[in-house]
Amino acid sequence: MPVISYREALNQAMREEMEHDPNVFIMGEEVGHYNGAYKVTQGLLQRFSERRVVDTPIAEMGFAGIGVGAAMVGLRPIIEFMTFNFSLVAIDQIINNAAKIYQMSGGQFHVPIVFRGPSGPAVQVSSQHSQSFESFYAHVPGLKVVMPSTAYDAKGLLKSAIRDDNPVVFMEGETLYGMTGEVPAEEYTLPLGKGDVKRAGTHVTLVAWSRMVHTCLDAAKVLAADGIEAEVVDPRTLRPLDTELIVTSVKKTGRCVIVEVGWPMAGFGAEVAYRVQRGCLDHLDAPIERVTSDDVPMPYAKNLEDEVQPQVKDVVAAVRRTLYLD
Amino acid sequence: MVAIPMKTPETARVELHDELPSTTVEELAPLYRQMLAIRRLEEASAKAYSQGKIGGFLHLIIGQEAVCTGAIAALRPDDYVVATYREHGHAYAKGVPARPILAELYGKKTGLVRGLGGSMHLFDKATNFLGGYGIVGGHVPIAAGAAFASKYRGDGRVTLCFFGEGASTIGGFAEGLSLAALWKLPIVLICENNQYSMGTPLYRSLAVEDVSLRALAHGMPRDRFDGDDVIKVKRRIAEAVERARETGEPTLVEVITYRFRGHSMSDPGLYRTKDEVEEWRRRDPLNRCRARLVEVGMDEAALTALEDDVKAEIEDAVRFAEDSPAADDYLSYVEKV
Ligand SMILES: Cc1ncc(C[n+]2csc(CCOP(=O)(O)OP(=O)(O)O)c2C)c(N)n1
Ligand SMILES: [Mg+2]
Repeated sequence: MPVISYREALNQAMREEMEHDPNVFIMGEEVGHYNGAYKVTQGLLQRFSERRVVDTPIAEMGFAGIGVGAAMVGLRPIIEFMTFNFSLVAIDQIINNAAKIYQMSGGQFHVPIVFRGPSGPAVQVSSQHSQSFESFYAHVPGLKVVMPSTAYDAKGLLKSAIRDDNPVVFMEGETLYGMTGEVPAEEYTLPLGKGDVKRAGTHVTLVAWSRMVHTCLDAAKVLAADGIEAEVVDPRTLRPLDTELIVTSVKKTGRCVIVEVGWPMAGFGAEVAYRVQRGCLDHLDAPIERVTSDDVPMPYAKNLEDEVQPQVKDVVAAVRRTLYLD
Repeated sequence: MVAIPMKTPETARVELHDELPSTTVEELAPLYRQMLAIRRLEEASAKAYSQGKIGGFLHLIIGQEAVCTGAIAALRPDDYVVATYREHGHAYAKGVPARPILAELYGKKTGLVRGLGGSMHLFDKATNFLGGYGIVGGHVPIAAGAAFASKYRGDGRVTLCFFGEGASTIGGFAEGLSLAALWKLPIVLICENNQYSMGTPLYRSLAVEDVSLRALAHGMPRDRFDGDDVIKVKRRIAEAVERARETGEPTLVEVITYRFRGHSMSDPGLYRTKDEVEEWRRRDPLNRCRARLVEVGMDEAALTALEDDVKAEIEDAVRFAEDSPAADDYLSYVEKV
């Protein structure tokens, strides 16, 4: 099977969907002539021309809204935010318009739009550029929220997101773009709302998405050296959430650690914890643990930035707490 | 109320070689020193970045030094400055020493904001430098807010707000501008038009390439000129500052300039031709400033002494940044909940 980067997988997904459907177009800052600030749209302008790969000025509210309007009348926009930090400027369009119009119009207007771009902490870009907003978007009825952790998932899920008739917030890992993985040459899609067990284990369930899946897989290796087998469950889509998959795993292991790079207060992990206790109360052998970033804006200095975010050692420590080992 | 006449060019074209205002060694030498120090500071940052000592995004202002230097020279110390992520020079011109700027870029405890903000977020209360901001356009209303406070208190202060031409298409700019005009806030909005917003040239981001024209819709005075002579920048901004101080009227000023390097350190700048960059480098405002200094009577020995002094200052700042302890506290400045 070909091994390609997460970035390339996303690129293929968009390219294939644009080949399939002339209504699909891409709009955003530097997506065309510059080939994407993170090179995710590399080569698409050349292939599809300026009609379908539209460079915008810095006007997130404007072009997000243009996407919504175009989607209402039959186009299928992919709106790229250079990073999701800038989606905040457009959040009125996403929440008050994109998410609501299908219901507000009594089901007359679908808004088949994808808002995509890098999300989550990058490296040393400080408080305004290193943030995780999945909890914001997952809060909103009318939106789907997807956060793939691998190249394979990224491609299959983005294709489904583009084909979905309702708005999808597709949050890519800013630090995952270079990560490679096997991606079939044949066409495939992955359903939104279905998670994936990234590592099987029996002693504890780790729930994580996007980059934190990899932190958990690394932690699982460390734990395995001590004979602790962690199961790593990646929901891949936060909304709708594959509660079934998580609950089944925790029923088996009896312990659950939820790892997210966002802030603790009202973070998505709290919702997962609620569903786990609801579904697994009689099976739990320890309180559910959460590992999150510290409750602060991201500092710039590298040493502080590392300290703020969940590290392998933090996940290991949380697992050991659920096993009453320390 | 005195009406201060504005210079509003007839057309969108900028006079690149209009007559330069007269000056003296006393006026120009300190400005040359500042511009040179900013250039050297930026070069030192670029070097440290390539050695991995500075991380994240690093946006250099090399080529544009005359704008922040000249504009801020028109201010009083109690006036406010609000800037973007491309703001090391603005902070320095406002009076922030090179040492804490560089230490901040290195992420050190002695940094201007204790290693928490980095290159894009310099803040300094002591010099009324109200910050470097990373979200394009988001700081324009903040600057208008500082001006609102000045009007509210009647403290006679003026706020300078710097932003790129790329910010002129976003809501924060449009809303900040219209409120400043409506409420006659003592602010000078300075668009540093370096002709590119990342890789996007003007003609692909603006239907009308003259940003200053936006002032007309708000009945606001405007100005537009070429920014490679520091004294010209100072004089023209001084008019707007005086208008703001005397009448409370805001002005939208567009200064045409050029960044010699990429948008940030990770941008090779392939969207510009070598010839274009060379053409602008030939007009380097720093060299022009030096040449003018000679013209108005500064001798080579004095210039060399000044340049050596700047070199020593920046070398000292680099040593300070290198030798400072790592940042070690990120918990003290958030409210615990
Ligand atoms: C709202 C928002 N969108 C996008 C970005 C990413 N970005 C950072 S700087 C920049 C270009 C800004 O160009 P301009 O305003 O001309 O300023 P310059 O960098 O040329 O000084 C972009 C698109 C951002 N920081 N904020
Ligand atoms: Mg610009």
